[in-house]
This record gives sequence, C-alpha cells and structure tokens, in this order.
Amino acid sequence: MTSKPINNYAWLFVLPVLAFVMFSSIIPVMTVVNYSVQDTLGANSFFWNGDAAFRALLDPTTEIGARFNDALFRTLAFSLASLLIEVPLGIAVALCLPKKGWAVGISLVLVALPMLIPWNVVGTIWQIFTRADIGLFGAALTGIGLPYNVTQNTISAWTTIVVIDVWHWTPLVVLLSYAGLRAIPDAYYQAARIDGASRWATFTNIELPKLQKVLVIAVLLRFMQTFMIYTEPFVVTGGGPGSATTFLSIDLVKIALGQVDLGNAAAMSMVYYLITLTVCWVFYTIMTQIERRRDV
Amino acid sequence: MGKQSVTFVLDHIGLSEAGVPLISDVSLSLLPGTMNVLLGPTLAGKTTLMRLMAGLDRPTTGRIVSNGTDITRLAVRKRSVAMVYQQFVNYPSLTVHENIASPLRVAGVNRTEIETRVREAARLLRLEDLLQRMPAQLSGGQQQRTAIARALVKRAELVLLDEPLANLDYKLREELREELPRIFAQTGAVLVYATTEPTEALLLGGTVMTLREGRVTQVGPTAQVYRQPANIDAARVFSDPPLNELAVSKSGPMLTLVNDRTVPASGPLAQLPDGAYRLGFRADAVAIGTSLTSGLTFPGKVAVTEISGSESFVRVEVGLGVWVCLAKDLQVWEPGSDVEVSLDPARAFVFDAAGHLVSTPAMAKSA
Amino acid sequence: MARITLDGIAHAYAGKPRSDKDYALKPLRHVWEQGQAYALLGPSGCGKTTLLNIISGLVIPSEGRLLFDEKDVTHLPTEQRNIAQVFQFPVIYDTMTVAQNLAFPLKNRRLAQPLIDSRVAEIAEMLGLTADLNRRARGLTADAKQKISLGRGLVRADVSAVLFDEPLTVIDPALKWELRSKLKAVHRALNLLMIYVTHDQIEALTFADKVVVMNDGRAVQIGTPAELFERPEHTFVGYFIGSPGMNLLPAQVNGSRAFVEGSEIQLGASYPVLPSGQRIQIGVRPDYATLTSGPGVAVRVRRIADLGRKRLAYLSLGQHQLVASVPPDITSIGDEARVAFDPKHTLVYADDVRVPGAAA
Repeated sequence: MTSKPINNYAWLFVLPVLAFVMFSSIIPVMTVVNYSVQDTLGANSFFWNGDAAFRALLDPTTEIGARFNDALFRTLAFSLASLLIEVPLGIAVALCLPKKGWAVGISLVLVALPMLIPWNVVGTIWQIFTRADIGLFGAALTGIGLPYNVTQNTISAWTTIVVIDVWHWTPLVVLLSYAGLRAIPDAYYQAARIDGASRWATFTNIELPKLQKVLVIAVLLRFMQTFMIYTEPFVVTGGGPGSATTFLSIDLVKIALGQVDLGNAAAMSMVYYLITLTVCWVFYTIMTQIERRRDV
Repeated sequence: MGKQSVTFVLDHIGLSEAGVPLISDVSLSLLPGTMNVLLGPTLAGKTTLMRLMAGLDRPTTGRIVSNGTDITRLAVRKRSVAMVYQQFVNYPSLTVHENIASPLRVAGVNRTEIETRVREAARLLRLEDLLQRMPAQLSGGQQQRTAIARALVKRAELVLLDEPLANLDYKLREELREELPRIFAQTGAVLVYATTEPTEALLLGGTVMTLREGRVTQVGPTAQVYRQPANIDAARVFSDPPLNELAVSKSGPMLTLVNDRTVPASGPLAQLPDGAYRLGFRADAVAIGTSLTSGLTFPGKVAVTEISGSESFVRVEVGLGVWVCLAKDLQVWEPGSDVEVSLDPARAFVFDAAGHLVSTPAMAKSA
Repeated sequence: MARITLDGIAHAYAGKPRSDKDYALKPLRHVWEQGQAYALLGPSGCGKTTLLNIISGLVIPSEGRLLFDEKDVTHLPTEQRNIAQVFQFPVIYDTMTVAQNLAFPLKNRRLAQPLIDSRVAEIAEMLGLTADLNRRARGLTADAKQKISLGRGLVRADVSAVLFDEPLTVIDPALKWELRSKLKAVHRALNLLMIYVTHDQIEALTFADKVVVMNDGRAVQIGTPAELFERPEHTFVGYFIGSPGMNLLPAQVNGSRAFVEGSEIQLGASYPVLPSGQRIQIGVRPDYATLTSGPGVAVRVRRIADLGRKRLAYLSLGQHQLVASVPPDITSIGDEARVAFDPKHTLVYADDVRVPGAAA
C-alpha cells in the first residue's frame, strides 16, 4: 500500500471534532475513572478509596459483588438469547427477500421499519402492546389461556424483552445478510445447480462461508447493543418483576442515581466498559484473521 | 490543440515502503512529443513509477524536474499531468460531455473554450454521437475513449497511460493502439505508456524502458532494445512468447550442455572465448521438424500448438524445459507427438554468466 | 449423447421482439457433433454467452427448440442436462478440500463411496491435481482452482458436454498455455463435446476443431481455423480473425481483374457481373499483400512498424488505407512503394458476403 501525500491543513479540520470529543467523551470518562477510585456522594466530598470498589465488585461474596455478578449474568444470558434468535432469523428472512425488480426497494423499507423507531417509543409501544387488558399481544396471549403478565411473571417479562429486541433489531441482521448475499456472484449458484446440490447444501457450502465477514460484523454489532440494553426493559418492565430483568445498565443507574453511590457505580461502569472493549477487540481480531486467510 | 514542450526528468528516484524498496535508482529523461513505453511484467513497479511521476506519491530519494524546475514537492493538483487507468474510470453520474469537460471546469476555463475543446476531443476519439449518454450506457471501448478524451482535453504536459487497453477485446485494443499515439502526438506532451506486452511496445514504437523489480534495466529506441537487449533480464521482458534459454559452457571447439551432452560450437558460437554462457533464442530462432546441421537438435514432445491468425506457436517439452517454436503456416502439431527442435546458432543471443550481453544475431552477422 | 441440435433457437431478453435489434441471439440452426471441440468467437455483446447459457439451461430461449440427441430439452432444468460448465473465474467450495470439491457432484447424486473415490482419483490424475487432493481448495492458485472447477464437471461419468465461458480470463498469462494443453489432453482422452466461448482469437483457434464466429447475435461463419483464415465468407470474419485483420478495399470487378482507384489488381478467379447497387470490396490479408521491388500497385507509405520477427507497412492507396507485410530483403523504404497482392488470396465481397469465382 502506498501512503497518501502529507497535508498539514488536514489537522485544522480535525480540531473542532477533537474539541467536541474531548468535551462529550474524554472528560466525562476521566471523571468516571476519578470517581471509581473515590468514595464519594458527589458535591465535592471525595475520600480516596483506591481499588477497594473494584475488589468488592469482582468478589461475589460481597453484596455489591453478588449484585454485579447477577446483573452481568443476566445481561450475558439476554445477549446470547437474542443473538441465537436474531442471527438465524435475520439470515432466513434475507434469503427470502426478492433479488431484483421493483419489489426489492419496497421489501427492504418494510423490513427496516422497526429500526427507524426511536428506542423509548419502542418501549412505550410494547408497554401498551403487552398489557393484558388493552394490549393486542397481551390480550391475545391471555385469551388463549397463557399466564401472561409482564409485570409479575418472570418468564413473561424475559420473553417479552427478548421478543422486543428481536422485533426491533433483526432487520439489521437482515439488511447486512442481504447485502452479503447480493455480493455472491451468480456463477456460484449456477455451479451448485449443475453439481446437483440441494438447497441446504448450497446454503452451507456457498452462502454461509461467503457470509462469514458480514456475520462477524452483525454479531459484533448485535452483541454490543444487547449488552448495553437499557430503554426497553426500563420502560416495559422497570427492571422487574423483582430484579428479573434488571440488566447491568439498569442496575448501574439504580446504584448511581437511586442510591447515590457514585464510587461503586463508577467502578461498575469501568468494568462494564472494559468488558465491552475486550469483546470488540476479540471480534476485530477474528475479522482481520478472516481477511488474512481470504487473501491467500 | 496547443503545444506544450517540456522535458521531464527523473533524477535517481527511489521509493521504499517500510524498508522494502519498490523503485530503485531510476533516472530518466523524457523529451516532449515522444512516446515512452514502460515495459515490464506485472508487479514490476510500472504503476508505482507512474504514480511517482504524477505526484500521487512522494519519492523517498531523488528529484523530479520538469523543464528545469524541481517539482518533487509540488502537489499533484498543481501539476500538469493527466492519467488514464486500466479500469475505465469515469464519473458515473455525469454525461460523456460533462465527463470530458470536468477537468476544465475545475480549472475555471470559460464556457466557450470548454465547449470548443470538448468537441475537438470528442471528434478525435469518435465520441460525437455519444456526448449525451451516461457511462453506464456505453460499451467498454467507449468508456475508455471517454476517459482518454478527458485526459486529452486537459492539455497536460505529461500524459500517463497505465495499461489502458488491457481490459478491452483484442480487436478494440488493436484499433485504439493505432489511434492513441496519433491523437496525443499533436499535443506535444510527454507520453508514458505502461504495458506488459512486448508486441504492444513494438507497435507503439518510440522509446522503451524495460522495468524489472523496480529497476530500469534498459532504455533506448524500442526496436533497438528488442534487437540488442543489454542483459538477459531485458531480453526476457522483451520476448513474447518467452525466451528459450540454454545454459552452455564452452571449451575449445565444443559446447557442453547441462545434461553433459556435448555439441560442436558452430557459427558465431565458435568465435566465443571459453567460459560459461546463457544462450537465448526467440521463438522464431527455433525450428521444428526440420533439423539444421548445427547439431543443436533436441528431441521433445509437443505440449500444445497455439494458433494466432497466420502463425503457430508450438510448445515442446524438451528434457531441459518447455520451449516455444514459431512454425510456419497453420500446420497443427498434435499434442503428445514426438518431434525434433533445432536451434539456429546464427540467431542466438549470447549472455555471459552474469547476464550481460555478449553477442546478438545482428552483431554476429556483421562480424 | 451424440449431438446437440439447435433448431431455430433465438432469444430476445425483453420478451416480444419487434425487429432484428431486439434479439440478443438471432434464429440459429446448427448441430454440434459429439467428441468435437467448438469455439464461439466474437466481440463483447455478440450473443456468445447467451448461446452458451441456452445450451446449459441457465437461460430458456424465447424461440426454438434445443435437442440433446432426439430429446427436447429446451425447458429441462440444468441439473438434468448432463452438462458441465466452467466459468470465467474459478468457482470452488471454499470450505472443502480439493478431493471433497471433486467428490461433491457425485455425493449429491448419492453414488457409493468407493466409486466416488476412484473417480476422483482418476480425474485428479488427468488434471495433475493428485498432489493437492487433501489441501484446502481456498489456498491454491487461480489455475489450480480452474482445474478443480473443470474436474468437478468431468467427474460425473454421464457428462456428455463441457461448456467453457472464457475460463482463462483470470489465469496468469505465463501459465495459460499449460491450461490450454490440459484442455486439449482432456478432450482427446474423454472424447467429449466441448464448447468454448471467448473473444480472443488465439484461444479459439488453438482450442477448437471448428470455430463459430459470431457478431451482433448472428453466427457469421462456422469453419476450421484454416478455413476462417484462408476463406472468410464474410468481411467480419476477415476483420476479426488475424492480427491485423483483412484489408478491405472498395473496387470494381471485371472478370478476373479488380480496379481500386484506377490501379489494377489481378484476381485468382473469374467473377460474373455483379449486380449494381451492391457494395463491392476486395479483401486481402496483410500476410498476402507484400511490399515488392518488382511490379505492383503504387502506394504511399504512412509508417513502418517493426515487430521484431516481422515488419508491417501502413500504406495508403488513394484515399484508402491498407496494411501489408514487409519481406526481410527490403531494407530501405521511402514515401512511395509498390505492393504485390497474392491473387489466390485476394477475395471478392459483395455487401459483405464472399462471392465465389470460377477458376480462371
């Protein structure tokens, strides 16, 4: 690869962005780092705590540690459940979309609609949707006799949150897979037909391998988003029943704002952030490995 | 079309990327109004060298001088250069007319002047009827002609063509190859044309610069370099089909080959001082079927006969490798059949052990 | 299967063709014999790929019937047609080894494993892939991958025709000859019908026993490489085959003599009076028009191209341009010269179609 010519004027364009990023990201993050090593109730009263908060957090025998562990476990379970449904479902829908003609544009827009809705509106829609009395979903389920109650039944709450996420975000997987599928040259399908391959064999031997890179991106994006989920459970279940759907993000906010325990909350934030960063790094390494192997 | 007369000089240009030398010590002096062909295999560095000439990359060492002015550090936007690529590069959302006019618009030329120049370029490249079409509606040849018109209209002092015809059908390539030098000759610009095909270089004429692994191995008038390659690398680059090679060592009147077979040294080979040599024979110096009295006859098996119009190239597997012979007419040699191939010593290019030229057929003839 | 018959096959992509222009492939009648190697040669857009896809079943022709032996297969799906196809770029299954790639078509047809293994070994041997059988297909070079693509087609014993769609496009030019020789070897060993689409005349003339020259959706001439070179039936064939192509000069023809801008040229046969209103041209290849120091037609020299092993002279005869060869014994050439035309190879064309003459 050849390098571009050096142009010093480029830095001038970057300065405003740097300033903005400083204000909106770096300074707040440094504040959180600061808080995580202090015992504080805000209002300028700081007592150095060192790494005590972190130690307590990562020790499942302490109260805060146990709480953190539970929330982390719940969040991971949620991510896994969502991914296991969204990715295969997304690929399946992408396979069914038309490949050319006027129907393509319309189908893509229809499929993408759920993604365009603001997140708290999504939460509100589903909150009403799942009410046993007036909500279509809730009424239908209780009508068939299922013990469906979002606010009191743990299974209902969990299923509902997963369903909301699937409904909201599978379109992303669909669009990414669709783009990946479109990139496969026709000749591969023709060769498969000539070889007498069944639909399933065509899928496993041609489509799936060629979708590898796209799927890594899709899984990375979906994992990050499900790992950080906040709005939907907050609006629909409030974290309940009990702490059944209290995911890490919700717990964090409770501790920080509810209990004003800023030190512990900040430490929790840091660990949360580091986990996300590590997962991203792992995915990035996988992706570049795939790139390198493909170049052979 | 106005005339630009500028001498373009590369002075010990080198480019290294992460310690790896891509271009090494290239010094060239290109005269205005000349066709300069960069000939070399793929990945020899032709595109890299052209990018350096254009100013898209800055050289690690050396200077670029245009008409006496050092332009090494000048940004490409400020230089008078036009480039045509192998892939047909046109603005997909502009019509052919707008595509051709684009560099003039950017330079702020006035409307009437733009109109005149675009029409002139369109006429030269036979695009007059297509001016209102979009690139997607054009054939490959028409798209490339649009890209060439865009380069022409700029009236740049340096025009770089990077294998511009490689993606076209061979018939279209023939036609455009004939037109290109004529079209650009009127502008008086320095033309640099990169190609991998020796035949194309010979058809374009002008001056050739053979390139191999980032180094220029020879510079000279094309036909002359063909007839008198300074070293075995230049000979290899400038042979299509590939050069047939034979390693020999001479002692007294005999030549010893790799498999210890000895043959009497005849013709110009007899005149050589004792030592190790590499002999190069182009396809037309290898006879098939008939055996010459030179004694340089080898048994082999025909691999395939490639027919090109009126010529046939027969690939024969002899013990020492695969050789290519030019056979007359459209006689087809059946694959797998046993044949004899003979090398004509009067047509040998002789290189010493280090690869330097010792003797050519022309030199031998006049000796 | 012994032969493939095209019975009035034509194709218009848009559906209802109203004029000639709407046809991508104009009505065609031809029989492809078993065991022969054919090439479909023509410029981009001439319809050769459309024709190939009709034979392989990827395109259903809008008109006509396609017969394999006597069976009408026009609407039969590809997988039931017993053909194999090799595409422009290698199509291999990334996740499998070379052996698994070759075995794939047989596995899908549920053959017994020992039979599959022996067949795979046989084809790998023929194509020179035996050493790589257990390597991942993904890591091999382009020419090895094309061999695998070809192998997958050959591995089925019931394959009777192999179709090639410009298969050497992505191959390193230095290695093309190896693949060409392999293709010829396979052809001779298996006696299959092979149809090869290309726009490169060297590929076509090297590979095929018979070449179908196509232009603008039409098959212009079908013949052996020698026939196409020596006796082009259509000016397009004269132009397309040979590098450079045939010289075409407008002329008046009288008996066994032709007149171009007043200069007389001797013809090798005697021609009847040609109807007026037709465009009469004489065609002669640069190989058969040579500069001479003896008697010949006076021409002006535009330039001489030195191609190393031969020289070409770009000349003007009146307002017409032509290309001639320069024999090695002529060394100094000025602005004026004389060209000798070989009468046996100077042909007459009326409205682009060759006029046969009576032996003089």
